[in-house]
Amino acid sequence: MVNSAVSCESLTIVRGGTTVLDGIDVDVRRAAVTGLLGPSGCGKTTLMRAIIGTQRITSGTVTVLDRPAGDPALRREIGYGSQQASVYDDLTVTQNIRYFASAVGAPKEDLDWVIDQVDLRDFADQLTGWLSGGQRSRVSLAVAMLGSPRLLVLDEPTVGLDPVLREDLWALFARLTEDGLTLLVSSHVMDEAERCDDLLLMRNGQVLTQDSPGALMHRTGTHTMDAAFLRLVSEAKESSV
Amino acid sequence: MNPTLTLATAQRVLTQLRHDPRTIALMVLVPSVLMTMLRYVFDSAAVFSRIAPALLGFFPFLLMFLVTSITTLRERSSGTLERLLTTPMAKLDLLVGYALAFSLVAGLQVALAVAVSIWLGLDLTGAVWALVLVALLNALLGIALGLFASAFARTEFQVVQFMPIVVLPQLLVCGLFQPRAGMAEVLRWFSNAMPLSYAVESLQRVATSSTLNETYLRGALVLAGSTVAALGFAAATLPRRTA
Repeated sequence: MVNSAVSCESLTIVRGGTTVLDGIDVDVRRAAVTGLLGPSGCGKTTLMRAIIGTQRITSGTVTVLDRPAGDPALRREIGYGSQQASVYDDLTVTQNIRYFASAVGAPKEDLDWVIDQVDLRDFADQLTGWLSGGQRSRVSLAVAMLGSPRLLVLDEPTVGLDPVLREDLWALFARLTEDGLTLLVSSHVMDEAERCDDLLLMRNGQVLTQDSPGALMHRTGTHTMDAAFLRLVSEAKESSV
Repeated sequence: MNPTLTLATAQRVLTQLRHDPRTIALMVLVPSVLMTMLRYVFDSAAVFSRIAPALLGFFPFLLMFLVTSITTLRERSSGTLERLLTTPMAKLDLLVGYALAFSLVAGLQVALAVAVSIWLGLDLTGAVWALVLVALLNALLGIALGLFASAFARTEFQVVQFMPIVVLPQLLVCGLFQPRAGMAEVLRWFSNAMPLSYAVESLQRVATSSTLNETYLRGALVLAGSTVAALGFAAATLPRRTA
């Protein structure tokens, strides 16, 4: 697809003798939320790291916003939130955001905007290390949004968040796509799948399917994402026998 | 490189330290405490005066190497290093930012250790500033090698093991235990290749002479040159992509 934000062709990644991604093809639509779903250990994080350009690739190609992954020009275009909150515990929330803002060259207005988006105004002057796990991951998410990236890659951003906040974040993601931003969000919670425009289901280093949530449930004749996933897994097993 | 980003990094590192006063105290005080111990290990101002100049260079070198490699190790394990490497920040902005911030702390550390040593009876023939300068350059080299070691290492476990590998052999051959001329030939070559050997010559020169000759200058230049080289190698080896 010419217009994809991200496109991987026959991407294979071998780490420490194990094939983590096995020749997968992936397309991530622009200005949409693509959910990357699958059980823990299926290769979601490795795929995300390949897209942001920090993962060494064994074979295949990864194209991001029309450039090869890892191209220096992409460093201004991609925001990345890793699974662990990658922020400094011995800095306050504001100090963290201010430092990363200068690293990505974000304007001053961004600082207040991102703090408000993740609802951390009341904790702005607290040391990040003293915050709860969910609050720390929101600091990390705020950092990822700095500098108006065109692609936001978020590894399990909603883990440990209360339902209200989770709802707010999904609403925020949807709003961001209206401004043309592309989001790739991983999760191992199937009930978050319905909030995505597109789904990419993974298992054991393979892509099971890529489709919209509605089409997927329709195709599998199921009513929940869990059921659809199980259905796809058993179909994949049958076809491989 | 971008000076704004370098300074932003230095400021960030200093802000982190400010939230951790105990670490600042340890960094600033430890060499002075060690020099005090040294003075009473020999229990003689004359012997102390002979040994102290070299150790005024070595202790800051060792401590700054340790602190720097541990700090960058934390940067790696917290995921912030990977995050920074996905931003437009140059690797040298990060490394030089660290070096600048730690140099300030090293300045306090060295100034205090030299003051304490003089108060304890260090008989210094040369100028105090000349001693402080070379001791500080030793600390800078420790910082730069610490950054290099952690950029070179692929795992956290490796980082810590670089300490004995990089630091201790240099201590053995630097001329403190045995004049370099009296070493087995192979070790003398090795000693000739190690920056600490020239640092010790330089420090001993300041201690015993009121004029600064080329031995002193050579030591200072070797330290400064090795520091710049170590930072350059660190930037070259720090990978943006990992397995």
